[in-house]
Amino acid sequence: MTDPVLPPVQRPFRALATTVVPEAERLDGPGWAELERIVEEQLARRPAAIRRQFRFLVRLLEFLPVARFGRPFSALDAARRLRFLEAVQDAPLLLLRRGVWGLRVLVQMGYYGQAERAAEIGYRADPRGWEARR
Amino acid sequence: MIERRYDIVIVGSGAGGGTVASGLAPLCRDGLRVLVLEKGARLLDHEFTGRELDMADALYEDGGGFLTADGTMTLAFGRAYGGSTVVYTGTSLAAPERVIRAWDVPGLDHADLVGRSRKYAEQNNVHSLAPDLLNDNNRLFVEGCAKAGYVAEQFPLNLRGCKGSSLCNLGCPNLAKQGTHRVQLPAAERGGVEVVTRADVRRVEDRAVLVRVHAKAHGEKGSSSEWGPGDYRVRARIVVLAGGAIGSPALLLRSGFGLRLPRLGAGFTCHPAHILVAEHERPITNDVGHPKSFYLDRAAEERFVLETCMYFPFTTAKNLTGFGPSHSALMRAFPRLQMILVLACDKAVPQNRVTVDADGNPVVRYTYTRETVEAMVRATRASARIFFAAGAVRVHAPESDPPLIDRKDAGRVDELIAARHFKLGKVSVSAAHLMGGCGMGRSAEDSVTDAWGRVHGVPWLRVADASLFPDSVEINPYLTIMGLADRAAEGIRSDAPTLLGTA
Repeated sequence: MTDPVLPPVQRPFRALATTVVPEAERLDGPGWAELERIVEEQLARRPAAIRRQFRFLVRLLEFLPVARFGRPFSALDAARRLRFLEAVQDAPLLLLRRGVWGLRVLVQMGYYGQAERAAEIGYRADPRGWEARR
Repeated sequence: MIERRYDIVIVGSGAGGGTVASGLAPLCRDGLRVLVLEKGARLLDHEFTGRELDMADALYEDGGGFLTADGTMTLAFGRAYGGSTVVYTGTSLAAPERVIRAWDVPGLDHADLVGRSRKYAEQNNVHSLAPDLLNDNNRLFVEGCAKAGYVAEQFPLNLRGCKGSSLCNLGCPNLAKQGTHRVQLPAAERGGVEVVTRADVRRVEDRAVLVRVHAKAHGEKGSSSEWGPGDYRVRARIVVLAGGAIGSPALLLRSGFGLRLPRLGAGFTCHPAHILVAEHERPITNDVGHPKSFYLDRAAEERFVLETCMYFPFTTAKNLTGFGPSHSALMRAFPRLQMILVLACDKAVPQNRVTVDADGNPVVRYTYTRETVEAMVRATRASARIFFAAGAVRVHAPESDPPLIDRKDAGRVDELIAARHFKLGKVSVSAAHLMGGCGMGRSAEDSVTDAWGRVHGVPWLRVADASLFPDSVEINPYLTIMGLADRAAEGIRSDAPTLLGTA
């Protein structure tokens, strides 16, 4: 068993998650729990160094905006959060771009990997194939 | 360490290992013992549920999230009884003559290879889908190609009883896809070949392999291993490696073969790919029906291939550039999305290779050459033209900034889609056609094996998988792998009397 990564950074992580997938704002308690379970499960398979780096990234993204906006990421409005995260995604440093890519992929996995969320966007694939549509 | 003895051990059970197993099964009638060791699990029929995360976890290495060393490309490869043949779409094409000629491997003849590929195409019931089984996603591609001045071709597919679940890449829930897990491996087992799953081969020794057999974890899919958990030394007079373009070179490298084989790990190619998405005004049938029924082969002229495709919500989300409201809007348009898979035909270059880390785990070093990026840009432009010609209102192009191109800008795709927007770490690139690393050739100076998969200077060691490709095959590779594995099996049958002392 590995220690969970998200609890110490849950607030900034959720702020980042709702910037990546705005619909995550509407998740209820069990919805968030499932998203975070999926993310934790993925992180648990990675080496301890990667888990530490992920937590560091979340903290970095939380506090970097202080220099520009005078507030941490989680205290910004949605438009500023988006503008900031897009700027990091375009950063000259590959390491930062990769970091944002990894974060957004984990959030998207946690969100769209849930069958209910997939159904909400109209995804209807069914093992019965054509038979299920006719 | 538990000791076991066999005559022949095959590492891997995908297109290469499954084919070799079926090709060597007749030897079991003569009393020889043939063993296949597969790292993944043997799933039960009812466990193919089509649920995205569950199946990715059960069937892919790293759940489909294996990354190149710099983290800029995802490499998808199977890890199951049947290897990657469980998770491909069944597209069955033989290698082009010009590619085999360019490989320039002495003793490898295109006609011979294609003849063998055809044999497996017949075994695997390869045929074209009837028109009434094609979905809108595929029809729109054909129409778009025609209007944009291209000619789409229909994929021959290895299906039997396809119901059109669209879930091929998650393992067919209807058992329709004729991969080695459905055809060659069961036949080999009926013929006397033993298959042991959850068996991770860690090292190759002199006429032996060291294997760790894993216990089935709680909640994991698949049967328990045929052997008890633990470490085994399996002695065999012939060892065949078919662990794929990452697995086979990595296994040899961590076993210390790098010194005698300087080309080990070199020549890695992978057809770097984008999943492109376009939005139509009305819903189309996309997540029902076989997802990959047509392709456009521009490899010879423009170094790219386009294929129809349809992916699942998370995979789609991951492969779109960016995030936030515009990304979400596109995801909400899922029932109206058309998709094209763009494949660049990359070339083997010195900097792209498979290596291992200090623990012996595979590390893939991949640098995008200017030619590869340009091929992806040309492919994306062509796809955008095809999408718009098919009636799309918006096209998502990773090499455009912003990535969404509106129909009113359809005439500007050459200007909007440009290499300067191919920003590593921002755009998602993935690959599933992993090739090279144990390339065929003349001698240890230029390659790892000869044209029959014999490792140079090691007569008891063979390779029979996509790692044999000296360069990209420029089309979906599995029939070519089977053709090469068939040659490896023939070579083993022919050398067996000497190597096994049965002459």
